[in-house]
Amino acid sequence: MALQTGEKSTKRMKNRIRKNKLFHTLFFGATALSLVILAMLFYRIISQGAGNLSWDFIKNFPAPYPDRAGIYAGLVGSLLLIAIVAVVSITIGVATAIYLEEYAKKNKLTSFIQSNIQNLAGVPSIVFGLLGLTFFVYILNFDFSLLSGGLTMSLLVLPIIVVAAQEAIRSVPNDLKEASYGMGATKWQTVLRVVIPAALPGMITGSILALSRAIGETAPLLVVGAATAIYALPDSIFGSYTAMPIQIYSWISKPGDEWPVVAATGIIILLIVLLIMNTIAALIRNKFQRRN
Amino acid sequence: MNINENRLQDIDIQKLIQEKKEKRKVLKKLEKLVPVFLFLAAVVSVLTTFGIVFTLLSEAFTFFSDVPIKDFLFNTDWKPWSGSFGVLPLITGTLLITLIAIIVALPIGLSAAIFLSEYASDKTRRIIKPILEVLAGIPTVVYGFFALTFVTPILQSLLPDVKIFNALSAGIVVGIMIVPMIASLSEDAMSAVPASLREGALGLGSTRFEVAMKVVLPAAFSGIVASVVLAISRAIGETMIVTIAAGQSPNFTFDPTSSIQTLTSFIVQGTSGDTAYGSTIYYSVYAVGITLFVFTLLMNLFAQYIARKFREEY
Repeated sequence: MALQTGEKSTKRMKNRIRKNKLFHTLFFGATALSLVILAMLFYRIISQGAGNLSWDFIKNFPAPYPDRAGIYAGLVGSLLLIAIVAVVSITIGVATAIYLEEYAKKNKLTSFIQSNIQNLAGVPSIVFGLLGLTFFVYILNFDFSLLSGGLTMSLLVLPIIVVAAQEAIRSVPNDLKEASYGMGATKWQTVLRVVIPAALPGMITGSILALSRAIGETAPLLVVGAATAIYALPDSIFGSYTAMPIQIYSWISKPGDEWPVVAATGIIILLIVLLIMNTIAALIRNKFQRRN
Repeated sequence: MNINENRLQDIDIQKLIQEKKEKRKVLKKLEKLVPVFLFLAAVVSVLTTFGIVFTLLSEAFTFFSDVPIKDFLFNTDWKPWSGSFGVLPLITGTLLITLIAIIVALPIGLSAAIFLSEYASDKTRRIIKPILEVLAGIPTVVYGFFALTFVTPILQSLLPDVKIFNALSAGIVVGIMIVPMIASLSEDAMSAVPASLREGALGLGSTRFEVAMKVVLPAAFSGIVASVVLAISRAIGETMIVTIAAGQSPNFTFDPTSSIQTLTSFIVQGTSGDTAYGSTIYYSVYAVGITLFVFTLLMNLFAQYIARKFREEY
């Protein structure tokens, strides 16, 4: 085999470097493209909806006329829904995580529960809606109520909360626990007074992110019968209700040039609520990271 | 001195021991009870899975006593309101959306992952990754609105054949929705490849591009495939974008410019509005639901299998 001449190998080298540069640009371009799409999405929605944004829009009920329609029922409905989801899913989710991380023996049952949670996270949200429709709406006879919607959403976000809480618990240093045991604390005392406080920021962050997922979720609520036109707030957890994404969906589905504007305004409110929740989650996470 | 003596007299040792014992008893009981309650909470997630499988199966079973399963699986006509229940048009609709979504998301998602893991500085990564998370956190109803009012008009001005409700627009936007998933899961897989492998290749004179293609991608292959399979499963189960932008017409077609219906958007159509509880259409929703569930479950199990089977340990 003859050695390559210097000229040839320099050429080859140049080619390789050029290729590297080309692909660097391409990869960067693709990344930038997704940022551009995001910017476009926000720009479109704000430019369409911001003009319609007013205090009236926030405090009006939905109306058959675009200029009088408001998101009040949806906003309150979403907040009530989130309250139910928070109570149910955080209680069950954190308890599940504590069980799996601190109490469960390493056996087949435990790994079954664990992989079951993983699979549950991959089930399409609309399938949860079908479960809710059969179980909560018809079998338990909760009807198309706030409670049916809230419980369905709780099951939907449960896997997210469990996984987040598990990670938070796992990141608690072992020395803390050992010190507690060394002082004569029992297992539950250690969990309650050492593990949970140390894992709390992680749990809160994960829970807020899960709840913000629930706020934006539309499909399962359509299945368990959130109302699209409602002119009163739910009087109890058994009352009928609507939620922000449902309102937005019903505005999108209406014909005419003015309804998309109303839908865009609704989306702005929805995004603002999500922004607030995510900011809180990020603040808690950052504060926690700095302490470490 | 006097005070101390008085105090000692007040203390009843017997009683103290008794109290301590009682306290221990309560604690012991608590120690035994708490795991039981925690276990019951853990069982909820298992019951949820059983609940899903059971409700889907039992309602679908009622449906199949009305409509032969053969007709359901092989008939190419889905017109539930005139009694024809062939699921194939819904399946082709779902596959069409998924295909378009993957064609959009795979190059963008993988490129972004390679850029973030192999080219970007720490600072750039710290800025871009949260932005991708924002993209992932946008509610799908918003994406649906974007598809219908922004992407569709653009497509219509480029291709005059495109209908108002069409598979192309919905598919593209579903693709945009799953980009962050592919990008961030693949980036995790690539970042997990040890730096020593990269340094070895760089030391031998490789360019960054060669390192990415010949070292990092093969080493992270299982993680990347798993991320793509999970993204496909997300696209199959996506509901709002297709319900809003792809229409409600179950056409047995692979023409992306036409209006279609997916498994998920039929479930929305079949459960909202005037479907009577106990009618054949009501039960058909569950038959469609179980079809969807089986598709996504297989995808998820496949992703887990790949991640486990081909995991490279360093």
